[in-house]
Order: sequence, then C-alpha cells, then structure tokens
Amino acid sequence: MKTSVKVALAALVLATGMGRAMAQDIKIGEINSYSGLPAFTEPYRKGWQLAVEEINAAGGVLGKKFVVVSKDDGGKPADAVTAANELVSSEGVVMLTGTFFSNIGLAVADYAKQKKVLFLAAEPLTDAMTWSQGNKYTFRLRPSNYMQAAMLAEEAAKLPAKRWATIAPNYEYGQSAVAVFKQLLSAKRPDIEWVTEQWPPQGKIDAGAVVQAVAAAKPDAIFNVTFGPDLVKLVREGNTRGLYKDRVVVSLLTGEPEYLDPLKDEAPEGWIVTGYPWYSLKTPEHDAFLKAYQAKFNDYPRLGSIVGYLTMKAAAAIITKAGSTDTDKMIAAAEGLSMGTPLGPIVFRAIDHQSTLGAFVGKTAVKDGKGVMVDTVYRDGAAYLPSDAEVKKLRPQN
Amino acid sequence: MTPLLQVENLDKSYGGVHAVRGVSFSLTAGRILALIGPNGAGKSTCFNMLNGQIKPNAGTIRLNGADITGLPPRTVWRRGVGRTFQITATFASMTVRENVQVALLSFHSKLASVFRYAGAAYRDEAERLLALVGMEAQAERPCGELAYGDLKRLELAIALANQPKLLLMDEPTAGMAPKERVDLMRLTAGIARDTGIGVLFTEHDMDVVFEHSDSVMVLNRGELIATGTPEEVRRDPQVRAIYLGEGLLYDAKHREGSAA
Amino acid sequence: MTRIVNFAHGAFYMVGAYLAFTLTERLAGTWGFWGGILIAAAVVAVLGALLEIVLLRRIYRAPELFQLLATFGVTLMVQDIVVLIWGPEDLMGRRAPGFRGAVEIMGQLVPAYDLLLIVLGPTVLGLLWLLFHRTRWGVLVRAATQDRDMVAALGVNQKWLFTSVFALGVFLAALGGALQIPRDAVSHSMDLRIIVDVFVVVVIGGLGSVTGAFLAAIIVSELNAFGILIFPKISLVLVFLVMAVVLVIRPYGLFGKAEGAQRTSLGLSIRPWRPFTQAERIAVGAGVLVAASLPLFLGNYALTVGSEILVFVLFAASLHFMMTVGGLASFGHAAYFGLGAYGAAFMVKLFGAPMEVALLMGPLMGLVGAVLFGWFCVRLSGVYFAMLTLAFAQIAWSIAFQWVEVTGGDNGMLGIWPASWASKPAAFFWLVLGVVTVGVCILRVLVFSPFGFALRAARDSTLRSEAIGIDRRNVQWAAFIVAGTFAGIAGVLFAFLKGSVFPDNLGIPISVDGLVMVLLGGIETVSGAVVGAVVYKALAIWLMSQTEMSKLILGAVVVLLVVAFPKGIVGFLEDLRHRRRPASPPAGFKAAKVEAAE
Repeated sequence: MKTSVKVALAALVLATGMGRAMAQDIKIGEINSYSGLPAFTEPYRKGWQLAVEEINAAGGVLGKKFVVVSKDDGGKPADAVTAANELVSSEGVVMLTGTFFSNIGLAVADYAKQKKVLFLAAEPLTDAMTWSQGNKYTFRLRPSNYMQAAMLAEEAAKLPAKRWATIAPNYEYGQSAVAVFKQLLSAKRPDIEWVTEQWPPQGKIDAGAVVQAVAAAKPDAIFNVTFGPDLVKLVREGNTRGLYKDRVVVSLLTGEPEYLDPLKDEAPEGWIVTGYPWYSLKTPEHDAFLKAYQAKFNDYPRLGSIVGYLTMKAAAAIITKAGSTDTDKMIAAAEGLSMGTPLGPIVFRAIDHQSTLGAFVGKTAVKDGKGVMVDTVYRDGAAYLPSDAEVKKLRPQN
Repeated sequence: MTPLLQVENLDKSYGGVHAVRGVSFSLTAGRILALIGPNGAGKSTCFNMLNGQIKPNAGTIRLNGADITGLPPRTVWRRGVGRTFQITATFASMTVRENVQVALLSFHSKLASVFRYAGAAYRDEAERLLALVGMEAQAERPCGELAYGDLKRLELAIALANQPKLLLMDEPTAGMAPKERVDLMRLTAGIARDTGIGVLFTEHDMDVVFEHSDSVMVLNRGELIATGTPEEVRRDPQVRAIYLGEGLLYDAKHREGSAA
Repeated sequence: MTRIVNFAHGAFYMVGAYLAFTLTERLAGTWGFWGGILIAAAVVAVLGALLEIVLLRRIYRAPELFQLLATFGVTLMVQDIVVLIWGPEDLMGRRAPGFRGAVEIMGQLVPAYDLLLIVLGPTVLGLLWLLFHRTRWGVLVRAATQDRDMVAALGVNQKWLFTSVFALGVFLAALGGALQIPRDAVSHSMDLRIIVDVFVVVVIGGLGSVTGAFLAAIIVSELNAFGILIFPKISLVLVFLVMAVVLVIRPYGLFGKAEGAQRTSLGLSIRPWRPFTQAERIAVGAGVLVAASLPLFLGNYALTVGSEILVFVLFAASLHFMMTVGGLASFGHAAYFGLGAYGAAFMVKLFGAPMEVALLMGPLMGLVGAVLFGWFCVRLSGVYFAMLTLAFAQIAWSIAFQWVEVTGGDNGMLGIWPASWASKPAAFFWLVLGVVTVGVCILRVLVFSPFGFALRAARDSTLRSEAIGIDRRNVQWAAFIVAGTFAGIAGVLFAFLKGSVFPDNLGIPISVDGLVMVLLGGIETVSGAVVGAVVYKALAIWLMSQTEMSKLILGAVVVLLVVAFPKGIVGFLEDLRHRRRPASPPAGFKAAKVEAAE
C-alpha cells in the first residue's frame, strides 16, 4: 500500500506537470473520439486545424493567438468528463468544444452546466442536447436529429408510397429519429400506414434477417437510420435479395461522404438522403473552403471536415463578439450570433442554443464507381425546427 | 446397544453398472474395521456414500441409530463423522496450523464471524491436535510444501477436529514409506481406542490391515463376500481365490519379514 | 484444447479480414480472390504461432488468467495497429466472384454467398473432426487435453503440439474474418463485435466440444434472426439470456462434460498470507496520511484524477476479494459497479435524495444485484462461472441501455453531482479517500476473519471444505454479495465524480479493466489489487490524455508487465523481499510465536 501511494503520487505529479496555460493565448478545449471513431474524427480534426490556421493568419482573436487543446475521449462518456476536467482545471481553456457521440455530448454538456463553462457541441445529434437536457451553457452546431428527420419527412410526404417500413439501430438515436420521422410524416400524410419496424442492435445487424422481415411486410417505402458497417451489410443484403427493387428508401445521413464512400460502386441508387455533396457545391464561399482544405491536406472534405471547421470559426466568432472570455459574456454573445459559412449563413438561436446550420437533401447515384448525391438542395435548418412555443415546452426553462 | 454405524442394503449403480450392491455391515464404537477389495471393487463408492458425497440408490446408513442416508457431507460431518481422502485434500494456501484452525472454527460454528483474526482462534486446541499426530513442529509451515506423509497426518488432525464419533479413512497410508505407515496406523489405533472412536478404513497394504483392524470386510464387484476377524478373512477360500491369492502373496514376498 | 482463454482471437479474426481485403484487392480474378482469402488466413496463422512462441509460452506456468491478460494486451495493440496500417475508414471488400447473385428458394431470394457459407460451415466441422479423430496429430492433441504428462511421457514435444493447435485456431479465426469481407465492412471494431459472441457460443456449446460449439452457433444465429421478428426490442440481450438459461440448467453447456479434478484456486502461493505487522500498519497509515495531504499541494485536475484512481482501487479490491480469496473469477463485475452508480442516480433523480442518502442507498442496488445473480453464479465454477457473470452483466447492461423511460438509455442520466460541501475537488477527494480506505480495510479484515478462511478453504479444496462442514455455495454467495456491495460503493462514488451515469458503467470494458488491475497487482497477494488499480488507472488516464495511440501503448505495457511480473507487481515485490531475506519467515502476526519455518 505504501508503494501504491508513491505510484499514485508520481502519477498525479505527472498529470499536473503537463501543459501550463500561457497567458497570452486564448485556449479552446476540444474533445472527440479520435481513437474510438477515427473514420469520422480525422476529417473533423483536419477541418478545425484549417480553421485555427485561418483565424491566426487573420490576426487571432482579441489580438491573441487562438489555440486549440485537443483530447481523446476513447468513445466513453466517463473519459470525456475526465478530459473536460483536465482542459478546464489544468489547461485553463475558456470554452469546451467538440464531441461526436450523443451520450458523450450530453455528459460534457452536464459537466459544463455544473462547472459553468461554455460548451459548443460540434457533432452529437440527439435532440436532448438542446431540448429535454438543454442547459444555459451548451450550444450545438450540427443540425439535430429532429431537423434532419424533418427534412426527409418533407421529401417522403411528396412520395406516393403509403406503406412504410423503418429500420433503425436499437438505441436512443435510432429510436428518436424514427419517432420524429413517423410523427412528422403521419401529420402530413394521415393516409400512411406503418407496416413494420426493425430494430437491429447497433453494430451487430443480422442483415439477412432484417431484409427478409422488411420484405415480408411488403412496404412501398423504407426509412433507414442505420449507418457504418451495419449500413454496408444492409445495402449488400438488400441488393442481393432484391429488397430495394421498386421501393423508395429514405435514409438519414447516408449522403455524407463518411457513409457513402465506403460503399463504392455498391452504393444504392435513388435513395433520398441527407448529406454533404462537396463535389457539386458551386458557391464562392464553399469553393474557398474546398480549395484551402485540399491545398492543406491533399484530401477531399467529409461532413466532419466542415463541422470541425465551423466549430472553431464559431468559437472564435463568439469570443470576438463577446470581446472577452468571460463565460457569461460569451453566452450572451453566442445567443443570436449569426455568421457566414461555406454552406450559407447560420444563427445560434437564443431560444434553444441550436444553430440553424442545414443539410443537403438529394438522391444517391453511382458515378465513376463511386456513390454520389445528385439533385441536391440545401435545406436551411431554421425551417425545420418546431415553433418557439413547442420548443419552450421541450426545453427546461430556468 | 445400537452400533455406532449401521449400514443396510446399500446400493449404487452408474447407468447400468452396479458399483455397490446390497452392502450391509455395522461398526461399534472403539473398533477398527477395514474394508478391502481389489481395484474397482466399489470401496471408494461405498466410502463416499457413507459421508454423503454420493447419494445411494437404495439402502440406509444410520449413525447411532439416526438415519443419515443422503445427507450432504457437511451435515454428516456435523453429526460427528470425520474423514480423510485417498488423495489428500487440504488447504494449500494456509499454514498447517491454519488448516486445523479452519476445521476447529467450523466445529465451533464460528466461520460466519467477520471480525476476529482467524489465525488467533483456537490456537491451543490446534496445537494439541497437531501434537497428537506429531506435526507440532511444522505448525507454521505452508501446507503447500509438506511431504505427502505429513499431509496425511495433517488430514488426520483435521479429521479429528470435530471430536468425531466415527472416522472414515480412505487409504490412509497410500503413498507413505513403510515405517510411516506403521506409525500412522498405530497412532490412529491408539486414538480410536483411547477416545472410543469407531474407525472404518480402506487399505491396499495388507500388513496394515491385518495388524491394526479388529475386523475386515472384503468387497468384490460391489458385493461383500466376507466379513470377520483378520484371521477368518485370511482363511476364507473365496477371498483367497478372488483377491488375496495374488495381492497378499505378492505383498508378503515383497516385504520380507512381515506377517503372513 | 490448450485451455488458453484467448482474448486475442477476435483480433486475429479482424486481422484476417484486413489482410484478405488487401490481398483480394491486389490479386485479380477468381483464383486471386479465394487464394487471397486462404493466404490471408495462413499468414495470420503464422503470426498467431509467433505470438504463441514469443509470448504465451513464457507464461504457461503463470495462473491461467494471466494468459487472458496477455492476450487482452495484444488485442488492445492490434486495434491501434490496424488503424495505423489500413487507416481509420471502414473498408468494403470485393464480392466473391461467382457468388454475387441470389438464388430463389421457396419464393425468397437467398444470396448465393450465404449458401456457400452454409455449405462451408459443416465442411470445416467435418474436416476438423477428421483431423482430430483420424490423424496421429489429432489423437495426440486430444490426449494432451486430457493429460499433458502422459503425452509428454510418450516423447511428444508438447510445446510444438500446443503451438500447432494455437495456429490452427488462429487460422480458423482468420479464415472466418476473411470470409466476411464479401458480406461485411472491414472495420477496426470488428474484433470486439465477434469475440463476445464467440465466447458465448463456445460456452453454450460446452468447452472442448466442437459439435457443441457448432450447434450453439446455429442456435445463436437463429435466435438473432427470429428474435428480431418476435422480440425486436430485446434483440441485444437475447443471446445472453439464452446463455444464462443454458448455464443455469446445464452447468457445463449443452455438450460439455463436468471438468475433471480442476484446480479451482487461481494460483497457489507457497507463502501463506499474514496480516500486517505493527510496522507495516504504521507504514500504511502513513501512506494514507500522505494521500490525505495531497489536496494541499495538488491542483483540481490532479485531485479529480486521484479520486478516480481511488474509486477504481475500491472496485479492483472488491473484485480481488472475490477472485483471490474466493477463487471466483468474475467477468462481469462491472454489473455491480454500474448498479451502484445507477442506484445513486435513481436516488438523486427519481427521489430527489441528497448525496449522503444516495451514498448509503446506492450500493444497495449492487447488493441486491449480487444477491440475485450470485445465487445462480455460485452454482457453477471456473470458466462457466465467469461466463455466467458476464451474461448477467450484459443483461443488466441491456436493461440500462433499453429501458429508456427509466434509465435514459444510451443517453444516460445526468446531473448527479455531489452535495455542495463535497463539490470542491479537494473535499470530494477526501470523501473518496475516506470511503475507499475504510472499504479496503474492511475487505482486508474480512480476508483474515474466520469468514475469509472459510472462503479460502472452499477455494483451496471443495472436497475438504465440504468434509469439515463448510457450505461452499453459501460461503461463496456471501463473498459474491460482499464484493458486489463494495463494487456498488465504488460505482456510487464514480457517479458523483463524473456527474452522470451511462450504460457503459455496466459494460464489458469496465469488467475487463477490473480483471487487468487485479492480475497486474498480483492474484496471489492479499491487497495487490490496490497497487494494480493505481498503476493501471493512472497509466490509462495519463496515456488517454497524452496520445491517441493509448491503446497501443497500454497494450504493450500490459504485455510487458505480464512477461516481466508473472505474479503481478505486488507478487513480484514479495518474491524480491523473500529472496533477500531467505532465512526469516514471513513477518508473523504480532501474537504469533515466530518459529523457524524451514
């Protein structure tokens, strides 16, 4: 036991010895699942690195150098809280940013509330983030689950299909996506019938069985929420077994390069999806971003890249507008903050701290042996959020 | 007077194979009874039924008149039956004394206690038991490094911890040097006669059997074929034919100067 | 067959898939595809054999669980290595030439490749059977499984026999992985997806029974397929429910046989345990005082990390108590940790209880869980015991994960923060230090109490302990409950430390962390887990903060520690002490007359 204490001491000394805050920099804390989910977080990191470079090239923030201290959370909420604590207590960052998984985002948001630190959530999608578990200190950049499902429900309502099936991973994300989609679509189209719901476990889909079960229900259309390796299996099994023949599939996030690219020439055709068609965007703002990104990394951007890029741009904008790194001043500045982005102007809503960043809706196609999105339209997030009265009911008001 | 141990029509079969059939015998306190028989005769099965490790298919076992048939080993032990095993079973991670102390704690129903240091409990009694079997000098030694003969003696000390009325010893001298065998059995016999414990043991070494037992039972293919004093059993023609013909002669020739 | 619990099997499966991906991309044509798959499996088999020779051979003499620890370290490393070599993105391999399409059977389109796999499964099973029953090698392997010494006496080189068995197993794992590429995406998380299923299948089938494993695999996949249709919401937990039911009804799996005279103790120490001497007590007391003075000169972050380490000290100590003293290696100890955490969360969120009440009531959840699950678990022993604990932990996990209305599901429960007096990191550190010190002391007192002796007796020899009136199941059940309760206390502290509770808290990684801490500290020691927890947790947190390759480094460190200290860190230190002072016996209890031990 004596030894144990010595070892503990040594560990603690090591832990504290790391990184002393330098007064002349403005430090931003950043946490993400770099080791757990590198496929998504690598492009994301490149995105924010580009933003940091641009911000400092333009003279930094409030005349100081803009520095990001980044930590890995290994995909675990508990480790994310440890990292947040290190960033705040030990590194002296002025705000927290980042996170990908919903549960990690929520854990950090709760930490931010407890420690009274501003947290700009980058990627987590759960609606709880800004609504049921929303708090004063937490803002979110990426369009939420609700917003993206609403965009797809709008498209789905235009289809003649009456019999719908859903396939979604069996956890909060899948469940809430299906719930929102059903609610919004049924509201627009009371004649619709929901014929089957499939809830494969996340990461362990038995695609053959799911495809058979869906086929047996004879739906006209399918709403899919699965992603990653599950999506690959589902697409392959469905293609081989002819599930997608003469059926429309509406699929959440599938148009994002992160999910579409691994499918290569087997990418499904004609699915209605949300995503990020970086190859077909022709606005000057996006061109500038694309050029800079490709020049720096010799790679094309994924959705994560743009989210990472915008996260740090937003962080800098908040501090600049607040004119200070005081948390309350930054919160006041962030509420209602509007800024231009490569995708169009966005606003951080004061009512629920959600940004109005939108998403692209389009159809999948295969071009040169690669999956792409065609017929894409940018849907501004502002149009797909519930009314203020409803939001007030959803979000704790205090 | 009811006999200490009364066994009637004990029966056990494993899927068609009759390991023990219709075995009946009795044992009076203070007497030493040997159970012998060739390998596979059912001695161990018989033994394991007596202390409850195996449930018999039929038959009854009475201890001082009370039916103990089918009770689990720990309950049989509480009724006053100690036993040693063919292959010694001791607590290898404890010292010699601690082995005995555990048995003593169990005997005094103190094992559920969570506060006192067990190593300090019933030390004197443990030392006395160890002295009885000649192990007092080794009390502090880890049990895991004992010689086999010492383990056998330790087992005896453990088996005596609950002040048993009946002692079951499965091949108590197997694996010991000849001198040790004689010593251990003499010791056991002495304890049995002094304290009035009934002893039932199985044994391969006929010297041990004939020298120390008051009576002998012979088991073959699950059935008792002879019972009587060592002399009677030795003379029994059936026994000679089935078992002793080879074993006894072999043993006698093998070990010069011994009886028989 | 070799009785190695190989955690790295999933890693080989994954590497097989990655290599097959690369090879099938490079080699053209039908032959290129199938050849690529076979070559990939063969290459991985060679890697597996190398691992066996270089690493596992060194530790065959160590406690069996150490092999698990070593292979766990390898698994951690492989996860990072594949990302380094093949990049982070999911890879989608080629489809099998000639098997792209589907065949119509009874109105259903069935992928031709699935049909191929359906044929391949029994074929491999048949080949295995032939190999084990019709070749000299197979006969030797089966004989060695029964009795190593006998085979050694026949003049067979066991080392190479084991290496070849291991390589065969790895080959099959890699082949399995490689055959997945036409169906599945190749990703760096596929090892964990498969390994738990594999353990489940093997255990349901019964250890050592290839037929049993095959049948169990069919049952499990049928359940997955039909479970989706019938009970869509509990698909996550179905296999574990089945495993639990099978093990409760048939304690050795469907086709398994009762293990023969197996060694129930995890490792036998030649040095019996002793309570601390007066001097050692003073030293420990001083150590606690030093720890208590840390808040005077450490920052908030360091103190929070210190609190986290302490929480895991208690968690590891509770597992250590069950494993070392009770001889019960639990693979699902996180269940009681997590139940404690959820218990605290329920108290705070559902009843609005203050922290003090939650601290007292939270562990009750761990206790109740241990009472319930333990009752079933102590009916089994060895690997089956471990797997049943795992099954219960997974069932608890999936309840937390799926019962969204109460537990918040995957999004967890938030806002479980300490009372204001303990909200400062220093105050919370003192609170944790106090609770953990008392907890570890109680566990230590238990070890040396009559109850602890009864528990060790039941572990050392079931036969003897039953024969001296000890009810093994009841004693072990009590130990299970004690361990579960203390794990629950650790869980409550963890919940307040993090401010939130997630299903992760009941997950396999935390159980595995606990095992690693215990094994690192030393399975044969009284309180090794304390050191193991401090070293492992401190290292893990520090690496997590410093590098994204934390798994690679942590895995390497674990492997090195296993090879360097096969008795664990504390076990090693004790050896050292005794080598230096060979004449004097272990420092005895104060009252003990010190007699010459030799």
